[in-house]
Amino acid sequence: MERIPILRMGNYLLVTIQVDMHDKLALTLQDDLTNRISEVNAKGVLIDISSLEIVDSFIGRTLANIASMARVLDAETVVVGMQPAVAITLVELGMSLPGIRTALNVESGMEYLRETVAAHEGSDDAIGDSREV
Amino acid sequence: MSKLLGEIQKNHDSLLQDWLKRLKSTVQRHDLITDQELEAQASEIVALIADVPGGTTLDDFTGEGWQPLKAMLANISVSRATAGFTPSETAIFILSLKPSLFAIARQQRSNNADELFSEVLAINEFVDKLALHTTDSYIHGRDQIIRRQQEEMLELSTPVVTLWDGIVALPLIGTLDSARTQVVMESLLQAIVQTNSRFAIIDITGVSTVDTLVAQHLLKTITAARLMGAECIISGIRPQIAQTIVHLGINLQDVITKSRLADAFRLALERSGRKVVRIDKPNDGNAANSRGV
Repeated sequence: MERIPILRMGNYLLVTIQVDMHDKLALTLQDDLTNRISEVNAKGVLIDISSLEIVDSFIGRTLANIASMARVLDAETVVVGMQPAVAITLVELGMSLPGIRTALNVESGMEYLRETVAAHEGSDDAIGDSREV
Repeated sequence: MSKLLGEIQKNHDSLLQDWLKRLKSTVQRHDLITDQELEAQASEIVALIADVPGGTTLDDFTGEGWQPLKAMLANISVSRATAGFTPSETAIFILSLKPSLFAIARQQRSNNADELFSEVLAINEFVDKLALHTTDSYIHGRDQIIRRQQEEMLELSTPVVTLWDGIVALPLIGTLDSARTQVVMESLLQAIVQTNSRFAIIDITGVSTVDTLVAQHLLKTITAARLMGAECIISGIRPQIAQTIVHLGINLQDVITKSRLADAFRLALERSGRKVVRIDKPNDGNAANSRGV
């Protein structure tokens, strides 16, 4: 069966969508991704949709769902490289995806993930230190 | 009918003189057209009516024989539309041909009232058709002008300016309608992708009015930009527009707004980790030193 590959890079998971998304594929991705997050204890998920040219309300909602699920599993999600046409379509569909973090490209998306995850870990360390003392 | 056309051919010169007299006595815009031009146009029209091929009748205005005349009238109307004539002035130009043609009919048929009446009726219909054709062409000419200007405005009005690496600005000028906003939206989003900009400043200093539709379009643009990973800042909201926005109940809570383009630019610089500082002029330093000494 057709699947979208999920790559692991340290604490982060990378997903590059390079085929046209259909509903089943989106649901499979949602399943796989949530499983992978808990499996590898990922702290961040980066979804690159720069090759995605067609989007509908279902795909939009699935993206939003994935982001919310990842957050529940303690991972930040950032969606990068959305095409202007896709952005316009989503807005016209009334989906502003308020819960999703976005970035222009993979580079700035990774930068964002590193910053937020580092901030979280920093605070964790701080708690650990105080306990030790 | 063709008899009448024959009469017109015979009385070609007197018809032209009579018409010109009427043209000059009614409305002639000396500021827009010279006597010579008017005469040339009138004589060409009379010639086209007189030299119509045999077999063509007055009531068959769609016929082949009248094509040159129609083309000529269309040309005149379009040029008059561009020159600034009013629609009625353009129509009266043709309509004033009526009395002159009536006069010819009267000369020939003065003894038979029935024939005269049917002739007059035919002339009336013919000239009316000419006038309608003229008005149609006039409006067509105007439409073309309007369309061309709209296109020019569309091109003029959507420049996306790069202020800094990663910061683009879009100064909006004039009234925003749906078509324009669509173009604005697309060009801004394209520019964001092309220049890899994380910040986009929409400056609406030059926008005279904001209604719900415009605000909605702006919000859509901002949301779309956010989906692509860029942040939008609106600047240059004038007091009246701020009032309108609040009165209309438009929610701009989630949008960063700054009063001036400069403030928006500074914010964008700060957020991208840059700062603008004044470098002290060397002169100032010397002055301070000399004062100190």
